Amino acid sequence: MSPTAIALAIIFFIVALGSAIGFYAGTRHKMSLEQWTVGSRGFGTLLMWLLMAGEIYTTFSFLGASGWAYSRGGPALYILAYLPLSYVVSFFVSPLIWDLGREHGLQTQPDFFLARYGSKYLTGFVALVGVAFMIPYLQIQLTGLGIIVEVASFGGIGRTRAMILGVVLLAGFVFVSGIRAVAWVSVLKDFLMVIAAVSIGLYVPHLYFGGVGPMFAEMARVNPGHLVMPGATKNLGHTWYVSTVLLTALGAFMWPHAFGAAFTARSANVLRRNCVVMPLYNITLAFIFFIGFTAFLEIPGLGNGDLSLLTLVRQALPPWMLGVVGGAGALTAMVPASIIILTASTLFAKNLYRPVFAPAMTDDQVARLARGMVVALSLICLYFAIYSSTTLVSLLLLGYAGVTQFFPGVLLGLFWKRVTTAGVFSGLISGVACTAFLILSNRDPFGGWNAGFLALCLNGAVTVLASLAVPVKTGARTEDFSAGGSGRF
Amino acid sequence: MTRPSFGAICLAIIPFLAMCFSVSLWDRVHPMVLGLPFNLFWLLSWIVLTSACMWGVYRLEAPRIANAEARRHNAGRAE
Repeated sequence: MSPTAIALAIIFFIVALGSAIGFYAGTRHKMSLEQWTVGSRGFGTLLMWLLMAGEIYTTFSFLGASGWAYSRGGPALYILAYLPLSYVVSFFVSPLIWDLGREHGLQTQPDFFLARYGSKYLTGFVALVGVAFMIPYLQIQLTGLGIIVEVASFGGIGRTRAMILGVVLLAGFVFVSGIRAVAWVSVLKDFLMVIAAVSIGLYVPHLYFGGVGPMFAEMARVNPGHLVMPGATKNLGHTWYVSTVLLTALGAFMWPHAFGAAFTARSANVLRRNCVVMPLYNITLAFIFFIGFTAFLEIPGLGNGDLSLLTLVRQALPPWMLGVVGGAGALTAMVPASIIILTASTLFAKNLYRPVFAPAMTDDQVARLARGMVVALSLICLYFAIYSSTTLVSLLLLGYAGVTQFFPGVLLGLFWKRVTTAGVFSGLISGVACTAFLILSNRDPFGGWNAGFLALCLNGAVTVLASLAVPVKTGARTEDFSAGGSGRF
Repeated sequence: MTRPSFGAICLAIIPFLAMCFSVSLWDRVHPMVLGLPFNLFWLLSWIVLTSACMWGVYRLEAPRIANAEARRHNAGRAE
């Protein structure tokens, strides 16, 4: 067999195995809307851990992190910092969200806004913003999938065709199985990814330099500037680092799918324990950085840094290993992509379409509409993935800048009685508008600061000021909320 | 509502100080530790120490949360 055939065969085998696990897990449970979206709130520590790991460690950490270590250098270190810190935030916030979820039967992030603020228009807007900024995140996964097959086939299967194939598989998978399937496929995915990351991260520097230490010694001799900020960039210095780490650490659990994951836990303590353990999982990212830096020394001059990991693997390792890495990478794209599609389509059907356009819909009809949206959204993302050429990290930062704008509404909603619907609405609009303006007009970073972080500050200030400006209207909903739930607000 | 205790919040702020705000103090190549540039070594150490801090937070918070839940449970029965 030719190297291409071996690599591709192994990739397809791994993907097929993952899909089989997914379909199997899905057929064992009857699918109501609640089972499909939140697994009937029955996930214990293990399954919960798998789900959270499944959605946090994506093809981005695989290709994007090594890509930035390769093309940007030092600034990529923000990736090591923000995930552990996001669990620190989540430790305090997600158990409260879970509590409310159980009490009010919440399934999605906009459900939370509805329960807290009682406005279906705010809820619809939250759903819309959530879906809009999940599209770049989904695009990351599809682009990743395309890159993997393209490199593994030595260019034989083009990126577009690979992405189309990936979308078909993905949609079918989500359609049949729902959230429980996703959690189980991530077992296979994480196992493969950790093995691949650690073994390649140690082997590749060893092969070319005799070890990780000598590799970094060579880096420090040849180009020490690449190892610290701003690395190969002009404007990603320490101010950018601090603002980006803060933005992404606060935002990690504002992703509608990560927020929704809190509802799948069996108890609030499951979530707390997860937040104690999960930071450790990030250590594997260091190995991904080793690969990126080795690629920087060994195969300089790639136009797209996102290709560096796989290109180096293709050059240094036998084809079957490229197949394993590619298969692991494909699953790290498919698992999060499934979760994202699942969440986005539920958001659209349940929180935007039904309340605003068709209040008479039953839960079953919503579930059907959500499944229809799975197909529609997959096609939209495929379109963007084919016709855009942004790097994976830039897409991720765009998504983060958008979804983090929910943070003031969530945090103040939980801890501050005085916050009003109008305040949150105006804060969210100004935050999203500011993000969109700064990023679309290429002003990110703005004066050395992460644009999304500046928008977040504006958002928070507007929310607080607008809430204080209007005298408290003791709306029935808010009143009920702060008095009820055993005085939890 | 069980607001987090002061001690827990202080403990939780430590990782933010170490991994985020102090970046200009540790973003250096030298001294290399265990063959790693200093900034990479620092962040990796703090990933482990973040878990340690959060374990401390959990130990501080768990009894308070259990108490609050017991109280809520009792209040529910009294009604």
